[in-house]
Amino acid sequence: MGWNRKVLRVNLTAGTCTEEPLNMQWAQDYLGSRGLATKYLVSEIDPKVDPLSADNKMIMATGPLTGTMASTGGRYTVVTKGPLTGAIACSNSGGFFGAELKFAGWDMIIFEGKSPKPVYLYVENDKAELRDAGHLWGKSCWDTEETIKHELQDPLVRVSSIGVAGENQVLFACIVNDLHRAAGRSGVGAVMGSKNLKAVALRGTQGVSGIKDFRAFMKATTEAKKVLADNAVTGQGLPKYGTQVLMNVINEMGALPTRNHRDVQFEDAGKISAEAMHEKRESDGKPQLVTNAACFGCTIACGRISEIDKGHFTVKNSPKYWGASGGLEYEAAWALGAANGVGDLEALQYANLICNEQGMDPISFGATVGAVMELYDMGVITRDMLGIDAPFGSAEALAKMVEMTALGEGFGKEIGQGSKRLCTKFGHPELSMSVKGQEFPAYDSRGIQGMGLTYATSNRGACHLRSYTVASEVLGIPVKTDPLTTDGKPELVKAFQDATAVFDSAGICVFTSFAWTLADVQPQLDAACEGDWSMDKLNEVGERVWNMERMFNNAAGFTAKDDNLPPRLTTEPAKTGPAKGLVNGLAKMLPEYYQVRGWTPDGEPTAETRSRLGL
Amino acid sequence: MRIAFKLFASLTDYLPPERKGNRLELEVEEGVTVADLIHRYNVPERSAHLVLVNGVYIPPAERIRHRLKDADELAIWPPVAGG
Repeated sequence: MGWNRKVLRVNLTAGTCTEEPLNMQWAQDYLGSRGLATKYLVSEIDPKVDPLSADNKMIMATGPLTGTMASTGGRYTVVTKGPLTGAIACSNSGGFFGAELKFAGWDMIIFEGKSPKPVYLYVENDKAELRDAGHLWGKSCWDTEETIKHELQDPLVRVSSIGVAGENQVLFACIVNDLHRAAGRSGVGAVMGSKNLKAVALRGTQGVSGIKDFRAFMKATTEAKKVLADNAVTGQGLPKYGTQVLMNVINEMGALPTRNHRDVQFEDAGKISAEAMHEKRESDGKPQLVTNAACFGCTIACGRISEIDKGHFTVKNSPKYWGASGGLEYEAAWALGAANGVGDLEALQYANLICNEQGMDPISFGATVGAVMELYDMGVITRDMLGIDAPFGSAEALAKMVEMTALGEGFGKEIGQGSKRLCTKFGHPELSMSVKGQEFPAYDSRGIQGMGLTYATSNRGACHLRSYTVASEVLGIPVKTDPLTTDGKPELVKAFQDATAVFDSAGICVFTSFAWTLADVQPQLDAACEGDWSMDKLNEVGERVWNMERMFNNAAGFTAKDDNLPPRLTTEPAKTGPAKGLVNGLAKMLPEYYQVRGWTPDGEPTAETRSRLGL
Repeated sequence: MRIAFKLFASLTDYLPPERKGNRLELEVEEGVTVADLIHRYNVPERSAHLVLVNGVYIPPAERIRHRLKDADELAIWPPVAGG
């Protein structure tokens, strides 16, 4: 059946943990993880709730394939109303935490209320209890995980926690599991902090039972793994070079946002690329990259494990950062590097380590630093305010700002509010490179037109993981489309959005979609889950999930006006590269997209669309 | 004429030792095509997946007839992806 049929409800106000049956009708309609948890959330909270109030809820959820033999079946999601955006937040993480939740016998945990004092949740199979976390408050994610494992005398406990950033309710704080995997975007860590919930520690020994047709599932997962292994991208490219291989690709195409999107190409892209991570350093003769790594059940293994240069100015007096640890991934390397004009690979890894240690989204942090550097360049933000000079390209300023933000010191408090609030406060809201308050990832939509529509319509604010049209527009997956034209992009974006919602809701990694289509996922789900899981049904589930998220956002107060891009991207043409002279053509794409979606010109699903999808 | 020839990721090894990073400045004859250079440097055809001239994608069928111009930048990757 895929699902454990059990929900753990944790009322932090009352300090209670109770078991509930999973709503199996909803499981048929929304599958699991992202879709099913969102259905629970939108059914239980007021869309206009203050995200950081006790009335908001936060759900950690697995999918039916989480913890199974399906490749990459280790994902879990955190669903809540996001404090960075005020929109639906759904952040997805790998590692081993999600599978452990399944092994403990649960499909999801719903957190509600607010604890009067810091606590952590300990789950050991059927047993669940809140424990005092007074001694953990103020600790980093890394120290929290180590302390809990030591206390429990169990190195196999899996921990998700917030660092000091989440405690301080940095609006882009994330939740970190397994030291360097994170439910990263939209500030889900701030919600956890607002509830005085420091960590969730899991121990599950029950495996996954109840697969509907075990033989068919073995066959389907084996065949699907062969597809991943035989594919040049998932079988060779990603394990060897990781996501970071895109740095030079996107720069070459003139779509690498640089210096807060002033430019679309970065002269030092090569110095912070996957290739640079493989090169031996002059200082110690070692490459930064140590090895690749895989999350639970993953046969791709794209993760990067690196070792920073011990002599680098950021860490020469801090041995705790000298060991092998996670990073750099493409999005982090871009946000900490090109977005700020910083071409020092070791400084980027340092900032990345601090983001992992204290639980911050490096995309939103790095992009906000880009805005600070532009305001510094304009003379709006000064050395007196920052305590350091912060011109574009300053590795020293990046290192200082990541420390200040992570620990809530000085100007770091302003940075921790994200670029939208910061730029508005300093009189230049137009310089926040964000949509719905969430910062852009690493693709400039003047050079990759479909990404403009992707960002503008993403239900969780600017994001590449809701509709990765880069796959088609740049990499030719599944078919090559022209990145410089808007033609056909509304249909392309809708197709990616709906399909991605299914991958996310199944409990698998969206990176499988570089080799798999839904037709590869369908036999795995159909063998695992009770009910008839046809392609038609999966397509309908994806579209239903997307529209449900949209309806929540509309009820929260978002309108078509919020499906927008900063003026820089629609009025300031790209200066170099293939897109030279182009702005993003959102105004042309958006009305077509609403039509394709079956929405009104105001961006609301029509009665007919809602009825068709059972919403 | 002079062009820049750039090979990335696992194709880097096909560049001669005088490369600077992933880049090689080349003096080439007029009329040289994208396919000519791919063959000249023994890049396996199926590995030349993402082929860009000045950042613009050149589909496989056009590589044999796409002639390079002075100061062009030819960049090639094997199948890769990220996110």
